[in-house]
Amino acid sequence: MAKKKTRAGIQSKAFLPSKLDVISFLDTMTLGVLFVNPTGRVLLINRYLEALTGYNREDIVGVHGENVIRSNLPTMGDPIGKALDSDAALTVEGDILNQSRKKIPIRFTISPLKLTTGKKAGAIIILEDISLLRDLDSKIHGFSGQEKIIGHSPQIQEIFELLPIAARTDASVLITGETGTGKDLFAEAIHKSSKRSRYPFIKVNCGALPESLLESELFGHVRGAFTGADKDKPGMFRLAHGGTLFLTEIGDLSLPLQVKILTVLDDKEFFPVGGSKKVSVDVRIIAATHRDLGELVRQGKFREDLYYRLNVLRLHLPPLREREDDFRLLLDHFLREFKENLHKTIKGFNTACIKALSAYNYPGNIRELRNIVEYAVNVCPDETIRPEHLPKSILALLQGQPSAFTQTDQGSLEAAQAPAVNTNVFTMPVPGGWGEVEKGLILKALTKSGGNRSRTADLLGWSRSKLWRKIKQHGLE
Amino acid sequence: MKILITIQNDEVAPRFDLTSEILITETEAGKIIGEPRIILLTGSSGEDICALATKENITLLICGGIEDAHYQYLKWKKIQVIDWVIGPYEQALHSAMTNDLKSGAILSGAHTPGEQS
Repeated sequence: MAKKKTRAGIQSKAFLPSKLDVISFLDTMTLGVLFVNPTGRVLLINRYLEALTGYNREDIVGVHGENVIRSNLPTMGDPIGKALDSDAALTVEGDILNQSRKKIPIRFTISPLKLTTGKKAGAIIILEDISLLRDLDSKIHGFSGQEKIIGHSPQIQEIFELLPIAARTDASVLITGETGTGKDLFAEAIHKSSKRSRYPFIKVNCGALPESLLESELFGHVRGAFTGADKDKPGMFRLAHGGTLFLTEIGDLSLPLQVKILTVLDDKEFFPVGGSKKVSVDVRIIAATHRDLGELVRQGKFREDLYYRLNVLRLHLPPLREREDDFRLLLDHFLREFKENLHKTIKGFNTACIKALSAYNYPGNIRELRNIVEYAVNVCPDETIRPEHLPKSILALLQGQPSAFTQTDQGSLEAAQAPAVNTNVFTMPVPGGWGEVEKGLILKALTKSGGNRSRTADLLGWSRSKLWRKIKQHGLE
Repeated sequence: MKILITIQNDEVAPRFDLTSEILITETEAGKIIGEPRIILLTGSSGEDICALATKENITLLICGGIEDAHYQYLKWKKIQVIDWVIGPYEQALHSAMTNDLKSGAILSGAHTPGEQS
């Protein structure tokens, strides 16, 4: 290998200017550094990378770089090859296997190395261990926003099981469910646990704007496209580049805009309003609606091809009236939330109030329950929320209405008919409230199954061992 | 002895869990019996290769980098693993047949000094 002196001075260890001890400098860095030649073979690694990979740099000169760092870069479309072909550096996140056979998350920065003559000398790859950043990110965001979603019922557990699957792919997701069932929360949870989580999550309500404005909102416009368009506007598709665009109330979208959305989904590019230059985007679509899209397709109000394009993964969120196991859990959660926010000393609801709340059928679902609890916490002057603290409209509606939670209500009725000891305050203390609720659920399921533990476990959506553990925990043996 | 090698082009694949091609061969008294089989996997999955290794009653698995969970699983299934091998898979196979292959081996064919420029 002939020695050449270059202005950059770095081509391999052999080419370094004798007076510049770059290798010692590289060895002080707390980043892995790997130099490869144009065919991807190792020229040099620094001490940090030696420690990370377990290889001595003298032993691996000439070995293919991938055999040294053992990264998942080849699965990302060969970024090293791309860096070698271009003049620009690029950064990607992936992982490597270290010498302890452990997968380490790494941020790779790959830059081409060029001689002053313009000849490609190879590439420099900087490896930054981002384990701590990932840990911090998971502490800050938890599992992807899912912690905001409350529920232990089998219906909601089924949805929880689907979330990681939806997060792993880039396929479109259609979330259906009545208003107030938490479609937005689930969409955000999918985004936050997906690989797109570092990029924007943008929500557009398709039912909130007239067609012409919505088109400009989604696809942007160029200056002069219409009266008042005095400057270019990027549009939500472009702003969501790399991330997720959440189209809520997709059932309200006009047919012409449905065509344009379909085109973007297929081609990943579009023309802004008034523009003549196509814009390319990489955006994942999550759509939501409270409408029956299948019925809208039959009525000719929604394009069948767009329906199938969106309906790749489907999440149907159950209404609150079908989540009886979650009702008291949500009630407890919202009470605690508003009590803390409003600095109130409320201890709970009395039995009549629980009975009234259980009897209501919640057309507005969880959002409505939350609003009711917020109202009650605001209105209640003392430590116990009573029916008179509930919104008058709810109480009026309850006249003659059958119970929404027949099972739950039975418990409440029993509680209401219980001896005087229990009558004043509903026995749902705010601290540790779920424990009491869980105990009640187990008892109710045991009663319903006639004491049969297998059937009880099925009713609760638990394994037999979990039921056994919980029975023991609550002293129900 | 039944040997499985994770391969990529002509070399031992750098990563077990990202391997999409494997070679299976049987040896006896330092000689290859029959024709080695090269199997293309439908995807790359460490779990799938572990399952295949147990199903095929592999006794020795030669690979590059491997995660500890997969390594421990194979050991638990009584499969000998020689990992962290760098170099041409044919050379790795012949070294294994003569009991010269060790974990962490960088085989002579792995280096291409002529390419260092």
